[in-house]
Amino acid sequence: MSAPLLEVKDLTMHFPIRSRGIIPRTVGHIKAVDGVSFTIGAGESLGLVGESGSGKSTTGRLITRLYEPTSGQILFEGHDIAKSSARELKPLRREIQMIFQDPYTSLNPRHTVGEIIGAPLEIHKLVPKEGRLRRVQELLEIVGLNPEHYNRYPHEFSGGQRQRIGIARALTMSPKLLVADEPVSALDVSIQAQIINLLKDLQREMGIAFLFIAHDLAIVRHFCPQVAVMYLGKIVENAPRDELYSNPQHAYTKSLLSAVPDMRQAMVGGRRERIRYVHDVEASAASTAAAIAAKDAAAAKAKTPSKPSA
Amino acid sequence: MTRPFLSVENLVVHFPTPDGIVRATDGLSYTLEPGKTLGIVGESGSGKSVSSSAILGLHRGSSAQVSGRIWLDGVDLLSLSDREMQQRRGKDVAMIFQDPLSALHPYYTIGNQVGEAYRVHNDVSKKAARARTIEMLDRVGIPNPQLRVDDYPHQFSGGMRQRAMIAMALINDPELLIADEPTTALDVTVQAQILDLLQDLQREFNTALIMITHDLGVIAEVADDVLVMYAGRAVEYGSTRQLLTAPAMPYTLGLIQSVPDLLSDVNEPLKPIPGNPPSLLDLPSGCAFAPRCTFKHLVPDDLPDTVMPELEEIAPGHLRRCHLQERDLSKLTPVPIGELA
Repeated sequence: MSAPLLEVKDLTMHFPIRSRGIIPRTVGHIKAVDGVSFTIGAGESLGLVGESGSGKSTTGRLITRLYEPTSGQILFEGHDIAKSSARELKPLRREIQMIFQDPYTSLNPRHTVGEIIGAPLEIHKLVPKEGRLRRVQELLEIVGLNPEHYNRYPHEFSGGQRQRIGIARALTMSPKLLVADEPVSALDVSIQAQIINLLKDLQREMGIAFLFIAHDLAIVRHFCPQVAVMYLGKIVENAPRDELYSNPQHAYTKSLLSAVPDMRQAMVGGRRERIRYVHDVEASAASTAAAIAAKDAAAAKAKTPSKPSA
Repeated sequence: MTRPFLSVENLVVHFPTPDGIVRATDGLSYTLEPGKTLGIVGESGSGKSVSSSAILGLHRGSSAQVSGRIWLDGVDLLSLSDREMQQRRGKDVAMIFQDPLSALHPYYTIGNQVGEAYRVHNDVSKKAARARTIEMLDRVGIPNPQLRVDDYPHQFSGGMRQRAMIAMALINDPELLIADEPTTALDVTVQAQILDLLQDLQREFNTALIMITHDLGVIAEVADDVLVMYAGRAVEYGSTRQLLTAPAMPYTLGLIQSVPDLLSDVNEPLKPIPGNPPSLLDLPSGCAFAPRCTFKHLVPDDLPDTVMPELEEIAPGHLRRCHLQERDLSKLTPVPIGELA
């Protein structure tokens, strides 16, 4: 068996916390990603779910090497790219592309759609100038937009159409891996399904592998045969779709699934029972509060004049 | 006959712009009783938020042209002076906004902001307001309220901020609470907690609740009645069960079918609504949904493209705006509920 397309081993990303003052010092670290390992085979898709702050987006940005990881390995087709320099990364940028969450801020408003989609062609000098327009129009057609609209600006398109432009840009270099960070959460519900279907068609036709990051458990279930659940920088569960959704093992996964409001469930007999997962964050917040209360009590005690010794 | 507690009648909100008039809400009517929840569903630009902020008089002082009647407990809110409206805003009617971080002032403490809502409408001392604030923060489930009351918004997590917003909205026991996408910015586990909290508080205070959302799952869990809006108009209105099990017009059906749930078949492609919502500057002359409608061919004489259908009652309490004939309604079938569970 050949090596998987992407293999991530014990990946960590620690962001330093700087103290205030004239000479800032590092006083600690936020462990945004804390020892994450997973693999994605060619043409496969892995879903990454978790709450905000769980480190799922940071993981996506590490794999596209928008960040340099603190430690760990990112093996892309067997080569470790975790510490590659910008120059070494350039050819890799063709292979790994990203689709962003917000179609309003991820497109340059001053560039035409043709310039946006054609920019990768110019940077990598793969297609001669004359051929670029043809490729741009081809891409517009693939994502379901009018190929004659290459001269328009992003503001002339709706949210769903803009997301299609973002997808076309990601496809320009025919990548092998697409990191999609919440690709539909900013869109209206009726449009979300259009984009999901488009991504699924592209995957089938072009054999692109996906790291699909989202918080919507139903959409991830629809898109990804394999799903990993992240919590506080760690993957707490990574299982095939049917197993994860029908028989979750980790308490956090259970709690996450029990919280999803479900139209059909509500219609047949109220909601399913919610499972609370009292997590470390809350527990630590509670202990901090307790510590503050103890400190206040101590301070109050110190203020009361000590009894005159008799 | 007594008038319902809240009765919105023929509400129109138009925004004049250099490009023409944006018809954000055009002839909207609905009613709501105390203790009940109305869910308003629609896409961005459907007028769901604009029509609800009109109840609070939030378009006053802007260029918006508002007309119609909004009866709340026998008083037409649109006929009130700005000063009279100010006395009711936050007292009789309160609103919870989608993004609690931008709805809270970063420079004032949580206690200061929540307490202000109380002091504006009640002649009480700062001390009494503070006590009331701590009581409310405790009611909405903020741990250690006597300590957290002096925190600034940035010291609260997203869920805690939304709880503080709810405390602020409920501190004067409003009769009507409008929640505009209150959980959209929150994680699912926190969303579940906030929805449970809202329902508990509603039961306790017998508040009438308008829940604006695009999430039909949320609607199914909390709403008694549902109003579906499209391009500034009501297109369907009925009980939650009627709408979700027997939608009577294609847009509602499209919304139901386009969202996957935790039980749907993953090998089937999703069923999106084709096309995009229309521009409010340039609405189609017939049915606003006609350009995206997949059932249009069932209606003779290109009626959908030329004539705007009226809102008609097809069953007691179930209204819809559609040209489809009743005998064709059976073609609008969502997944039968019986096959579930």
